[in-house]
Amino acid sequence: MIEIIGKTHVDFMGKRKMAFVLSGILVLLGLFSMIQIVRGSANLGIDFSGGTAVQLKFDKAFSIERARETLSAHGLPDAELQEFTQDHKLLVRVKTSTTIEEEIAEKIVDLFQKEFSDYQIVVDSSMSIGPTIGHKLQQDALIAITLSLIGVILYIATRFEFRFGVAAAIATFHDVLAVLGLYYVMDKEITLLVVTALLTLAGYSLTDTVVVFDRIRENLRQRRRDTVTTIINNGINQVLSRTLITTATTMLVLIPLTLFGGEVIHDFSLALLLGVIVGTYSSVFVASPLLMLWPGAEGRLLRRG
Amino acid sequence: MKKIQGRLILLISVAVLSAVFSIPSFPAIFDSLPGWVKQILSDRGLALGLDLQGGIQLVLEVEEDRAVEIAVDRSKKMLVELLAEQHTSTGTIERVGSTMLVIPVSEKEVQDQVSKLIDDSFPSFVQNEVSDTHMRYALRGTEVDRIKKSAINQALETIRNRIDQFGVAEPLIQRLGENQIAIQLPGIKEPQRAKALIQKTALLEFKMLDEASPLRLELPSQVERVKEKDILKKFGSRLPEQDEILFERTTSKEGDRSYSIPYLIKKDVVLTGDVLQDARVTMGDFSEPVVSMSFDSKGAREFEQITAANIGKRMAVILDGNVYSAPVIRARIGGGRAQIEGSFTTEEANDLAVVLRAGALPAPLKTLQDLTVGPSLGRDSIEKGIRTTLIAGMLVLVFMAVYYRLSGIVADMAIGLNLLGLMGALSGLNATLTLPGIAGIILTIGMGVDSNVLIFERIREELRQGRPIRLAVDGGYEKALVTIVDAHVTTLITGFALFVFGTGPIKGFAVTLCLGIGINLFTALVGTKVVFDIFNRRKLQQLSI
Repeated sequence: MIEIIGKTHVDFMGKRKMAFVLSGILVLLGLFSMIQIVRGSANLGIDFSGGTAVQLKFDKAFSIERARETLSAHGLPDAELQEFTQDHKLLVRVKTSTTIEEEIAEKIVDLFQKEFSDYQIVVDSSMSIGPTIGHKLQQDALIAITLSLIGVILYIATRFEFRFGVAAAIATFHDVLAVLGLYYVMDKEITLLVVTALLTLAGYSLTDTVVVFDRIRENLRQRRRDTVTTIINNGINQVLSRTLITTATTMLVLIPLTLFGGEVIHDFSLALLLGVIVGTYSSVFVASPLLMLWPGAEGRLLRRG
Repeated sequence: MKKIQGRLILLISVAVLSAVFSIPSFPAIFDSLPGWVKQILSDRGLALGLDLQGGIQLVLEVEEDRAVEIAVDRSKKMLVELLAEQHTSTGTIERVGSTMLVIPVSEKEVQDQVSKLIDDSFPSFVQNEVSDTHMRYALRGTEVDRIKKSAINQALETIRNRIDQFGVAEPLIQRLGENQIAIQLPGIKEPQRAKALIQKTALLEFKMLDEASPLRLELPSQVERVKEKDILKKFGSRLPEQDEILFERTTSKEGDRSYSIPYLIKKDVVLTGDVLQDARVTMGDFSEPVVSMSFDSKGAREFEQITAANIGKRMAVILDGNVYSAPVIRARIGGGRAQIEGSFTTEEANDLAVVLRAGALPAPLKTLQDLTVGPSLGRDSIEKGIRTTLIAGMLVLVFMAVYYRLSGIVADMAIGLNLLGLMGALSGLNATLTLPGIAGIILTIGMGVDSNVLIFERIREELRQGRPIRLAVDGGYEKALVTIVDAHVTTLITGFALFVFGTGPIKGFAVTLCLGIGINLFTALVGTKVVFDIFNRRKLQQLSI
C-alpha cells in the first residue's frame, strides 16, 4: 500500500488556543461583512442590490481607460468596470435602482457600439434587476440557510448529542462567515452564484465535521481510560489520512477550475477553494475543541467512569 | 451467493436504466436510433439553463391600477355615449383617481336621470356622493378585485399568444406571486426583438387630427427624436383643451437618421383596437409591406360611420401613444378593412401584425428583472468549465487508481456509476441544468470520492491491525458506512431545506444535490461492496488496496 502518512500523533487539541484566536478573527471579519451587507455598503452583486450589468466581448485588446472616459462623458461616471484581459471582455456595472426605467443596458450597448466602432463588439450578457426582486432574493436565501442549519443541529443532536449538533453548526457557520469575510476583504462581488458556493462549502464542511465526530464517538464508546482530550486527539489523527486525501482530490478539481475555468465560474470556484481549506481546518480546530468547551455536566457520551 | 447475484443484477439494471434515460439528452445519439426505440424513450432529456444556453429571462409586473383605470375610462366613454343618446346633458365627466367618476350636474331631475341610467346599465358602479353640483360614482371593491385578477390572466394569455407566434422552443411563462409574470425564452437568437414584442402594450386607437386650430401651422414638420420633450413643453400650455400632440417616429430611407413628426390630435378616441379581428402583412401599392386589419361587425359598422362623416379629413392610427400613420379619408370605407402603412421592414410589419392579432395587454407591464445571456457566453462557460472539470476529473480517477490500486479502480467505477445515475435521473425528470446545478453535482461527486476514501482508509486500518482480509473488508465497510450515511443525511437535510425555501438558482442547486446524495448512498451501500464480495469468494491472500 502506498501511504502518504502513517500513524500520526499530532496534538491538535493542544494548539486550540491559537486556533481560537485565528477563528475569532475570521468570524469577526465575517460578522462585520454581514453587517456591511445589510447596510448596503458591501460589494453586492446586482442580484441583490438591483442595477444593470452588461458584459461585452471585444475582438481585440482595448483600453479600459478609454472605456471609463466614454462612460463618464455620457452620464455614467459611477459605472464599475471589470476587465477580463485574456478574452478581451469588459463587465460594466451600474448599481442604481432606476436602471430598468432608464434603459441603461441598451444605452451602454449603443454607446460602446458607437464610440468603439473600430471594434467588433458582441454582447455576452445583459442583466437588469429591479430593487424589489433583489431584496426578496436576500430574504429567501437567509430563510433557507437558517432553516437548514436548524435541521442539521436537530439531526446531529439526535444521532450524537446536543452539544455535537451545536458544535457542528457553529463550525459550519464559522466557515461560511470566514469565506464571506475574506471575500469582503478582497472586495469581490457577492452574487447569487457566490451564495451558492457558500452553501456548497457549508455542505462540504458539515460532511467533514461529521466524519471527525463519528470517529470521536466511536472512540468514546471504546476507550474508557483516556481523557477526553486524548480521545479527541486520537480520533482526529486516525481520520487524518482520509482528510488529507479527500482534500487533495477536491483541490485537484478546484484549483484548475479557478485558474482555467473561465470568468463566469471563477468567483464561484475560488469561494469553494477557500471553503474547502477553511472547512477542513474548522472540523479539527473549531468543532472538536467546542465539544470540550461545552459548559455544564458532561453528556452521556463524554461521561467518564 | 444469492445476495451477490441479486445485488449485481440490481446494479447493472440501474446502470442500464440510467443510460437509457440519459440518451434523449444527447440529440446526436438520439437521432441515430431506429424509430421504434425513439418511441419508447421520452423525447426531451436534460435541458440547459439560461446561463448555459443563452436566452432571456424576464420578470414583469402587471400594473393593476392602470388596468382598473383603463376599465373605468371605457365605462366613462360608454356613459357619455348613452347620455348623449338620451339627450341628457351634463358637464364633462372626469375620472378621478383610479376608480371614481365625477359627473357635474346640478338640476335634480337630470341627476335622477343619470342615477337611473347608471343603476340600470352600470351595475358595477356604486353611488358615492351627491351634491348640488356633482355626482360621484365609484367602482365596487369586488369589481376592482375582479379586474385586477383578470388583468393578470389576460396578460398571461396575451403574452403566451405573442410568444407562440414568435416560435420559441420551450418557452416558460408563469405567474409569480400576485401580480408578476416570469418569462424564460432559452436559446432565443434575437433577444431585443422578443422583449419588444412581449412588452408592447399594443393599445390601438384611432383619433382624428385637429385640422382647424391655427396652432397646427406652428408645429415644425419634423424634429429630432430627442427633441420631442422640448416640443411638448413649448406648446403644452397653448394646447386647446381637447387636443394633444403625438409623434410619428420614422427613420430616413437610408436608415441613418431617426426623427419624429408632430401631429395635433383630438384626444377623443373614435375607435379602439378591441374591435380588431385580424391583422396580416400584405404588399402595398409600391411593394412595401403594409399591415392589413379587419374589424369585427360592430367595428366595421362604426368605422363606416366614422369614415362617412369625415371624408377629406385625416385620421391618425395610434399604437401605444405613437402615431403610425395619418392618412386622409378619401371615401366611406365599408367592409371593415383598414391598412397601416409606414416605413416598415417586413420583419417590423410581421411583429406589428403579431402584436395586433394577439391583442392588447390589459395594462402596462413594468420590468422588474431582465436577464439576457448571449449564446456565445453560454458556450464559453460550458466549454471552459466542462473541459477543465473533465481533465481534473481524470486526474482524480488516475490518482485513486494509483493510490488504492485495484480497489481504486473499483472506486472509479463507483464514481462513474454515480455520474451515470445522476445523469439518468436529471434527464428522466426533464430537469434544467444551470451553473448552480453544476455546483451541486461537483459537491456530490466530491462526496462520492470521499465515501470511497473513507471505506478504503478504514479497510487499510483493519489490515494494519492484522485482521484477515475478509474480516478487514467487512469491518471496514461496516464502520465506514455509518459515517457515510451520517454525512450524506446531514447534507440531505440542508439540500431539502434549500429546495423547499430556496428560489430559482438555489432551487436548482438543491435539486442536483438531493438527487446526487440519493444516488451516492445507493452506490455506497449496494455498489462497491458487491465487487469486494466477489473478490472475497476466491479467498484472496492479498488485497490490492
